[in-house]
Amino acid sequence: MSDLIQELEKAEFREDSLDFAPGDTVRVLYNVREGSKERIQVFEGVCIGRRGSGMGATFTVRKISSGIGVERVFPLHAPTVTGVEVIRRGRVRRAKLYYMRGLRGKAARIKERRIR
Amino acid sequence: MAGLIGKKIGMTRIFNEDGAAVSVTVVEAGPCPVLQIKSAETDGYAAVQLGFGAQKDKRASKAEKGHAAKAGVEVAPRIVREFKLSEGDEYELGQAITVEVFEIGDSVKVTGTSKGKGFQGVVKRYGFAGRPASHGHPMSRVPGSIGPGTDPSRVIKGKKLPGRMGGARVSLPNAKVVRVDLERNLLFIKGGVPGSRNSYVMIQK
Repeated sequence: MSDLIQELEKAEFREDSLDFAPGDTVRVLYNVREGSKERIQVFEGVCIGRRGSGMGATFTVRKISSGIGVERVFPLHAPTVTGVEVIRRGRVRRAKLYYMRGLRGKAARIKERRIR
Repeated sequence: MAGLIGKKIGMTRIFNEDGAAVSVTVVEAGPCPVLQIKSAETDGYAAVQLGFGAQKDKRASKAEKGHAAKAGVEVAPRIVREFKLSEGDEYELGQAITVEVFEIGDSVKVTGTSKGKGFQGVVKRYGFAGRPASHGHPMSRVPGSIGPGTDPSRVIKGKKLPGRMGGARVSLPNAKVVRVDLERNLLFIKGGVPGSRNSYVMIQK
């Protein structure tokens, strides 16, 4: 990738650095536009992966909603994503937690990561 | 209407006011000095000749340097292209045209040289269907019959057959300008643009 593209992308990156990793339980706040009204919606779940670099970077959040697994992919640098709050740090041993899809209930727990 | 010569920098994505991601090609366009103005009286048609980039002094020929000097341009440009003039367009010799001529939302035509694909078969080159992969067919991407038999005893001219693909002049009409960077002479055009990175393109309104 050319230096100029990287420089241009840098200017587009979000200013608040989002510090979270796969395994963390996060609360994603994002803007939803309904007609002319705008409001903030919350999506809370486990981050099961981050991918991409530059402006194309995204992260996936998985939650269980009334017994059904729901996953949502958010662009990391989208202005519609107004914030990501980390609720709980998780200790995991891989970057993509796709194995969570096959687990439910007690088996789908993630150990908490203690930060020294 | 006027145009510019540009160099394709690369692609990225930006978010628009709605928060939707838009893929864009970044093109470094201009400033392009006017090298020559052709008119119907002297040349038989109306056009404006623009230059772009700079050629190394020792590499430029005397003719190129002289042509540039005539327009008051110090260095011989790397690329010279002509743009048709429509009535009412007025340009001065040596005047530098910049990205200011484009605005956000403009519909532009982008012309460039497509990426060379080498010798390709008909499936890739023309989108022929080929043969089914299953139901007892040998795997095949053949063109099939290429015409009638004894009469006319030849293949009709222009028949689509395998051959060199790409590396040709391609125009992309109705490309949208998403953003204009006046400071850095950059144009952000929605979607892809013909050619590889660092290749030269013509952008016309």
